[in-house]
Amino acid sequence: MTTRYSTRFFTLTGALLLLATLLLIHAGRQRVTDRPLLRKSAELVRILELTDLCLFTEASYTRHLALADLRTPFQEYPLALEHFPSGSLASPPPHLTESHAPHH
Amino acid sequence: MPHTIEKQRHIIDFTLASLLRRRGKNGALFTVYTLIVFILASVMFFTYALKEEAAQVLKGAPEIVVQRSLQGRYAPIPLEYAAKIRGIRGVMAVRPRLWGYYYDSVFLANYTIMTAESIPLPPGSIAIGHGISRMRRAYEGDTISFTGVDGKARNFTIAKILPQESQLLSADLILMNEDEYREFSGLPPGLASDLTLKVRNPKELTTIAEKIVKALPDSRPIIRNEILRTYDALFSWRGGLLIIIMSAAVLAFVIFAWDKASGLSAEEKKEIGILKAVGWETSDILFMKFWEGMTVSLTSFLAGTILAYGHIFFTSAALFAPVLKGWSVLYPVFRLTPFINPGQIATLFFLTVVPYTVTTIIPSWRAATIDPDSVLRS
Repeated sequence: MTTRYSTRFFTLTGALLLLATLLLIHAGRQRVTDRPLLRKSAELVRILELTDLCLFTEASYTRHLALADLRTPFQEYPLALEHFPSGSLASPPPHLTESHAPHH
Repeated sequence: MPHTIEKQRHIIDFTLASLLRRRGKNGALFTVYTLIVFILASVMFFTYALKEEAAQVLKGAPEIVVQRSLQGRYAPIPLEYAAKIRGIRGVMAVRPRLWGYYYDSVFLANYTIMTAESIPLPPGSIAIGHGISRMRRAYEGDTISFTGVDGKARNFTIAKILPQESQLLSADLILMNEDEYREFSGLPPGLASDLTLKVRNPKELTTIAEKIVKALPDSRPIIRNEILRTYDALFSWRGGLLIIIMSAAVLAFVIFAWDKASGLSAEEKKEIGILKAVGWETSDILFMKFWEGMTVSLTSFLAGTILAYGHIFFTSAALFAPVLKGWSVLYPVFRLTPFINPGQIATLFFLTVVPYTVTTIIPSWRAATIDPDSVLRS
């Protein structure tokens, strides 16, 4: 006797839901496991007084995104007239347009 | 109740048998649908996990960084500025930071060189990030050579490799002593790259930043909240490459929906006509179409989301890596912590499964309300 299509569909959907649930549990456990590593990284940021993630190393304004500058001539900030792929990938920091400093 | 369930199961049996009769077409639909969900979910998982990780690690960033601009460009800041800033009420400490970039013309890579008082290094020694160590195959105890500002090569002993787990912060870092940094980079005494501030009351950060600009008009303060917001806005949907990915995915869904909503094929209409002629109710046909949309979209959604999770958190976003590396020779190799936003998954579900299912039902409802005789004759 062949299995009904509906049984197969519910089995497949159930298996996918189970897998998704297992992945959610994995995510939760991994977050707990990674907590000390994140604390260590936060400590490195504190002692070295770092300001940025090392995501891109091809241009200064994407290496140190938070320090990117909208005010300098030739506009060294992401999404300006772009030379580097990373500049078109990252958005400019929001504070560039609403800085405390007066725009020259 | 059991009768209703059994009826629905029969409708599902019939729907799936009907879908499997058009195996090629529906198989392609399932594949494309899964692929679109996979791309969207991958982008969502990656950007959210990266933002969360940035927020967690950068909460220890300096409260205020003060830079100076000269001739419209960033310039080293005189140490006298530190004394002036120290005089502002609410400022607890001002420290100069010494850092800059170094271009390695042999490996065509850019490094960030910093001084670090908190990591004691013997004279002539440096600490390097894991990315540099991997790229140059240089390890603890090895000697590494860099060309200074005077064009002369200097040898440094690697005293420490920064932890591999912190590559997302330190892959390109070189840490050295202050005296050696000044001599190597040519930064004269009395100048620093920028200043970092400790403030008594974090609520006063903005006020202090305003006072700094007033007292030193050529300075540019960046407060910690702005640093955190930078990474919160990174990879925002509104700009950059992500808008292209998003538009392509939305366009694909519009084509799907258009294909479904623009009407049924003659074959499908005939099928509905026959079903009505043999006694199916309009509601049964709508249920059949509901299950048709649901089976395709739900399984595609689940499969795409699961694959995306594996892609981002088990393979370290292997498919995105070439895009992120860009032209960089030196790049961090990092595994993201799986921070997941349930709201984003729910949004993805409602943006993919619901419209597809609805657009499957509506044209069928139109066909199901027409007299079967006229459908079969047309």
